[in-house]
Amino acid sequence: MHVFQDEANLDLYLTGFLWILKLTAASAVIALVLGVLLAAMRVSPIPVLRGFGTAWVNIFRNTPLTLIIFFCYFGLFSTLGLSLSDDLNLNNYWLSVVGLSVYTAAFVCEALRSGINTVPPGQAEAARAVGLTFIQILRIIILPQAGRAVIGPLGSVFIALAKNSTIAGTIGVMESSNAMKELINANGDAVIEIFLVFAGTFVLFLVPTGYFFGWLANRLAVRR
Amino acid sequence: MRISRMTAIAAAAVLSLGVAACGGDDGDDTGTGGTTASGIIGKAQGQKKLVIGVKGDQPGLGLQTGTTYEGFDIEIGKILAKGLGVPESGIEWKTTVSANREPFIQQGTVDLVVATYTINDERKTKVNFGGPYYIAGQDLLVPTDSTITGPESLDGKKVCSVSGSTPAKRIQTEYPKAQLQQFDAYSKCVTALAGGQVDAVTTDDIILAGYASQAEYAGKFKVVGKTFSTEPYGIGLKKDDSDGCKKINEILTAAAADGSYKAAWDSTLGKSGKAAPTLDTSKLTNCS
Repeated sequence: MHVFQDEANLDLYLTGFLWILKLTAASAVIALVLGVLLAAMRVSPIPVLRGFGTAWVNIFRNTPLTLIIFFCYFGLFSTLGLSLSDDLNLNNYWLSVVGLSVYTAAFVCEALRSGINTVPPGQAEAARAVGLTFIQILRIIILPQAGRAVIGPLGSVFIALAKNSTIAGTIGVMESSNAMKELINANGDAVIEIFLVFAGTFVLFLVPTGYFFGWLANRLAVRR
Repeated sequence: MRISRMTAIAAAAVLSLGVAACGGDDGDDTGTGGTTASGIIGKAQGQKKLVIGVKGDQPGLGLQTGTTYEGFDIEIGKILAKGLGVPESGIEWKTTVSANREPFIQQGTVDLVVATYTINDERKTKVNFGGPYYIAGQDLLVPTDSTITGPESLDGKKVCSVSGSTPAKRIQTEYPKAQLQQFDAYSKCVTALAGGQVDAVTTDDIILAGYASQAEYAGKFKVVGKTFSTEPYGIGLKKDDSDGCKKINEILTAAAADGSYKAAWDSTLGKSGKAAPTLDTSKLTNCS
């Protein structure tokens, strides 16, 4: 275990996972908000919004994440001049968050839409009959139940997001995969050890996360 | 606790094996020379084949187009194979990246590595080096009209290099006022430089010269020409293969004398206008 006894190496390892944490946290929040909006659009009575939601999901869900993040740097930043911070590291971080969020939002949207299907149609009809508007029906009746039905699937989306955060490394965020590359570059004789520690760290954090979402889903399930 | 005990047992086992091997060597020193046959010389003589690890993405040095490779490192690889008695058809080129060169050598995936491989003390503990066949230095690639004159003028500037590489690390530690952009390939750095998102690209001068001489960037970039490190490029091979290493140095010395070294340069990096270097045979490693 000599590699991780070196303080500089340990530091690199911790920094890598700190970036993963920051990327996951920010992207999860933004993707959740975007995903809810997209799901609302996809079930809304307005054709333009439905079209927009469908297009978003089909484009981003079917494009490799590497390409999306790469586009955020070379497309949004390089070509279109969208600069999110003067600091290079922060700029790359936020560009990655944009990429991760738009990608993950598509999956959140689809998960929620499947949740909406679990709500009996009679509830929406009854709500409409007492005079609630579409927004009100969605906000008060449908989405709370749909959300509770899809906590499990959302957990999977969240876990995928945490692992996907490593792709931010392609545009230079010093996340764990870049930290791992740097360590392997300097310690060619300890490749397996370094790999196991990095992979193990992900497993160590994500297995309990999975159980947590399972427990939460069970607790908040709508009993019918 | 458990792991450290296991390590100790493993270390003891390796040590005792090593001692045993030494004893064996003493015994049949005058014998058939069974130890040399395990190295690259043995493989070259026995199978007439060599697997050489090279870079695949560095114009002028090691560039892969389809299934063929071209560049200065490739030519050096051909010279070595010829010197070892392996025909060109017996060479299998294998693309390596910076991070997998040591593992590839240690695991026997490749027999030799000729891939802009800087000799340093840390790596010497893991592999053996023949050469150096070229002495490079870290430099900067900048747009032709740039005001950057060397690493001192990098304060606040955006510098691009490959993530995890030695040049990137040097910028981080020695020029911390520069902002470091890291990508997974130099080609992306050069794209960003062409687009103006970074002010300079940094790595060894010889690699930068290769990019500067690419047709699509003709006249756009210049290499600053003020190197701030010494990168002796060596030929990596297994740690215990000192005979193979000595043979490599002999081949290089011969190539410098008969002009094939200069010819290798002229047909590749020489095209960028840089004059052929002289191979300083006094700097060759002692292969220990």
